[in-house]
Amino acid sequence: MNEIIGFIIIGIGLVFDLFGCIGLVRMPNVYTRLQAATKCVTLGTCSILFGVLCLSGFDATGLKALICIAFVAMTSPTAAHAIARASHRFGVSVHKDAVVDRYDEEVDHHEEGETL
Amino acid sequence: MDTFAYVFAYIAFGLLTLSAVLCLYRIGMGPTAPDRAVAIDILGTLLIGFCAILAIVTGIVEVAGGSEFVAARMRDFYLNVAIAWALLSFIGSIALAKFLEGKGFDE
Repeated sequence: MNEIIGFIIIGIGLVFDLFGCIGLVRMPNVYTRLQAATKCVTLGTCSILFGVLCLSGFDATGLKALICIAFVAMTSPTAAHAIARASHRFGVSVHKDAVVDRYDEEVDHHEEGETL
Repeated sequence: MDTFAYVFAYIAFGLLTLSAVLCLYRIGMGPTAPDRAVAIDILGTLLIGFCAILAIVTGIVEVAGGSEFVAARMRDFYLNVAIAWALLSFIGSIALAKFLEGKGFDE
């Protein structure tokens, strides 16, 4: 029963990985690509590791998979946030249909007269 | 169950390789530098999944050899690689973000 649940969870994770990478190719802009890819691939990889935990149980292997889930869940959104902020400062503008850009307003308000 | 696990692992390697090829397409054809940085970050996260599937496969191989203790050691080995890769990929992504902002690494 553990093995069936583990393989099902690993399959769900693989499908999430594939859909995230399709979003990475198909989306039109840096921010939308980051949005699509980071969330899907983070959840997919965490699901694969959770499936390994279900397959092996709470021995050394499962606990290492749990530690790796914690690392991925902490570091991947942080790296995505840093890259999004860096790409805004790099000069990539938002998509032409975007409604609002709060970070641009904040930067203009705080750093008036300075050059970025 | 072992035969099913082998077939499942081959399908999993195929899907992950397809995802990695899509990431490599974005690394090669990305219009701007932040696109490439995003794709490198995603590729680093995909490789952790590769290591997890490899951990399952090597565990099955050693169980067929007959030693349970060696099986546990082999599974542990690839998950250690996955943990180290998660930390190094994070550091690399932060360094790329700092480089794109045009700042030094110490501010």
